[in-house]
Amino acid sequence: MARTLLRVPGTAQRGEVVEIRTLIQHPMETGFRPGADGTVQPRDIIRRFTCLYNNRPVFEADLHPAIAANPYLTFTFVARESGVLAFIWEGDNGFSQTETRALTVA
Amino acid sequence: MSSPSWSRCATERRTLLGGLLAVTLLRPASAAPEAMAQAIRGFTGGAVPQPGGINLEIPPLVENGNAVPVSIEVESPMTEAEHVRAIALFSERNPLPNVLTVKLGPWSGAARIGTRIRLATSQRLMAIAALSDGSFRLAEQQVVVTLAACIEG
Repeated sequence: MARTLLRVPGTAQRGEVVEIRTLIQHPMETGFRPGADGTVQPRDIIRRFTCLYNNRPVFEADLHPAIAANPYLTFTFVARESGVLAFIWEGDNGFSQTETRALTVA
Repeated sequence: MSSPSWSRCATERRTLLGGLLAVTLLRPASAAPEAMAQAIRGFTGGAVPQPGGINLEIPPLVENGNAVPVSIEVESPMTEAEHVRAIALFSERNPLPNVLTVKLGPWSGAARIGTRIRLATSQRLMAIAALSDGSFRLAEQQVVVTLAACIEG
């Protein structure tokens, strides 16, 4: 499991625009870079990031090799009801990780 | 040597020079900007994006191209009737023109995203937003990179 860093407010007012910051530990090997032995390292990146809010997608991102190592993404959404936020990263070599956070809407 | 062959030789040389000049003038500055234009056409479906209404924030002078903070914000009320559907970021001289594509909607509340990217060299970056009415907005920014990403192992 890769380490993740999520900045999610635990509570929000109804209708408030909430900003989420996510970071996941990943080398994001571009597939263009030679390794120590001189051969080009095969690509190994996170291709897709999705944020689900009560199982409804609120943010989807397609990542390319130009995204820096340890992909960092910030985005916003409107807090409508209390529920669960799921953060899903998917990538090369079957990489898949899901983190969840609870959000309470007052 | 007979003179006709000389003159033919000169004509051929002139044709060759003319051809070379045409190639030099008509050729795009490099293959990469063409790749970016093609990637942008793929995103917009051929529509021409209009500048303005979108802000691409990136440091103009980058010391380390391995992690460059970027933020993009689009002016939009983000209502059901008028919102930003998607934002894409393109690079001119990275090995691949696509950098990031995100999908947004009225549930986003604001059209504001941030990330960190790699830059292979000094270049121009373009951010394009797809709006709900089918139009596209464009912002571009020139960046100078002193230490490039992707080159060293």
